[in-house]
Amino acid sequence: MAEKEKLCLSGSGLTKVFGFGRTRTVAVDHVDFDFHEGEVVSIVGESGSGKTTLAKMLLGLISITEGEICFQGKKRDIRTQKKKREYWKNIQAIFQDPYSSYNIFNRIDAVLLDCIRMRVGRKLPHAKRIEMMAEACSFVNLKFEELTNKYPFELSGGQMQRLMIARIFLLKPKILLADEPTSMIDACSRATILDMLMQLRDEIGMTVVFITHDIGLAYYVSDVVYIMEHGKFVESGSADDVILHPKETYTRRLIRDVPKIHEVWDLSTV
Amino acid sequence: MSNVTLEVRELTTKYITRFRENVYAVDHVSLKVEEGKSLGISGESGCGKSTLALSLMGYYFAPLHYTSGEIIIDGRNITGMDPDDIRKSILGTEISYIPQSAMNALNPTQKVIHFIEDVFQAHDPCKTKKEIHEFAKEAFEALGLPAEVLQRYPVELSGGMKQRTVIAVSVVLSPRVLIADEPSSALDVTSQKMVIKMLKSLMENCIIKSMIFITHELPLLYNVTDDIMVMYAGQIVEKATAKEAVFDPLHPYARGLMGSIIVPESGLRDVKLAAIPGVPPNLKNPPAGCQFSERCKYVQPECMVRSIDLREVGAGRAYRCIFSEEQLREAYKNG
Repeated sequence: MAEKEKLCLSGSGLTKVFGFGRTRTVAVDHVDFDFHEGEVVSIVGESGSGKTTLAKMLLGLISITEGEICFQGKKRDIRTQKKKREYWKNIQAIFQDPYSSYNIFNRIDAVLLDCIRMRVGRKLPHAKRIEMMAEACSFVNLKFEELTNKYPFELSGGQMQRLMIARIFLLKPKILLADEPTSMIDACSRATILDMLMQLRDEIGMTVVFITHDIGLAYYVSDVVYIMEHGKFVESGSADDVILHPKETYTRRLIRDVPKIHEVWDLSTV
Repeated sequence: MSNVTLEVRELTTKYITRFRENVYAVDHVSLKVEEGKSLGISGESGCGKSTLALSLMGYYFAPLHYTSGEIIIDGRNITGMDPDDIRKSILGTEISYIPQSAMNALNPTQKVIHFIEDVFQAHDPCKTKKEIHEFAKEAFEALGLPAEVLQRYPVELSGGMKQRTVIAVSVVLSPRVLIADEPSSALDVTSQKMVIKMLKSLMENCIIKSMIFITHELPLLYNVTDDIMVMYAGQIVEKATAKEAVFDPLHPYARGLMGSIIVPESGLRDVKLAAIPGVPPNLKNPPAGCQFSERCKYVQPECMVRSIDLREVGAGRAYRCIFSEEQLREAYKNG
């Protein structure tokens, strides 16, 4: 790792509690983290461990019960809609299900134009806009000419997810939150998607926060891994440390449960 | 020579679209599953894996249509049988199918026991409710599921539990062949392992005789099945034992798939994942020659014009390429 890296996003004592009384559920329980600029961070845990709740808090989609999030050293302020939009210029997300990530009434052009409008404003000549859209599409190996006037549901899952990356390419955010971006698409397109994300990371130097239950995937893409169990981070560190020399039993179990090809997959331990 | 539970000869089925176009999603597929063996089917999305699973049951409904070929279950040819007969005497008792995202198929307004009552109502109507309940309880306990699940509603169960319930319901009549289509793809790794353990114990306890397992996750297939078949554009492109298919694939496409394997083992970070560029061909107007020719690294002019036959090499091993085994190995060695 490089010497002194700039802090990008950090949280201290971050907590989210749903419900109250008998139905009180602590989804995220006093977690602390420091994400540095240009890092690929993975948050790994089984379903129900609070990964997505944490992601929603980071995005500002749900309120925080306790604790605070600092963005680039300053306390995050998203109290008004305007400030929220400003914040979203810096943090963007790709979600698990590409089929429900798009507004089905908007054409693909509209999706991309929205991004251009958010990034550079409305005063841009038509030709320049087309050029930007074509560039973004070619970055993710899609042909813009084939996409104009199409609706998102006319694309396959892999193509939709790639279009999501094209959006990110146009927006150039500081942080990208990828919430299980490859769990709904097949193994072959998964490699393509991951490659593109990494390429994008190198190109615009953004921080990528990967949320996944697949520890193999986390190992492949990330520099730093956080392991989450029941709303708490139980283990964290560099990917090699955590995955090749896990300390916690929970981490060991996660690794053990993934089918492997060079080692024996022990089915007796569930 | 062990018993063959399911044999398929040159099965071809097609979809007829709204515009009367024929889409051959399963194209001359032949396969054999022996008793006590499991077969894995892999391939990209849209390669015809799920359509093959549907076709194997011999029960077709529009837009899927039967074209040619034979399906033989335990020596009994079921092609050309009346659909009603198939539904009554084949489905559930001879061959059972777990569709993709089956856990969403549970009716939320009914208790789990109702699904089992439903199965018996269709296949064995003389059984009384009490008998069914006792049977269900025994069956669930034998499969490692708590019996109180029977009195629960699907919404009260977790994803993994729902999936295991669906499997349990689908095998109550002890079918000979179980077809599982992506049974674990929507689950996290721990629940996935439980589902796999259950499927394996079904085989070990002889509740089912053989299994066909469909998924795109190759490490999973490698651990679950004895043989692996790779499909591309409705055709079989590679057929081999699990070990050979993963460590020594012959067909360029199968090899491409192996390049996308991600497992948490040391050394993974040094390997660059290799994706296969391009997309599968549109089967409404498939390419004239080899279906894979447009994306193949080693494409020859001949590949574009003539269709390639499946080549048998050794016991149970086959691949669909114009190159010989040695030529392919040589090509892979040189990168």
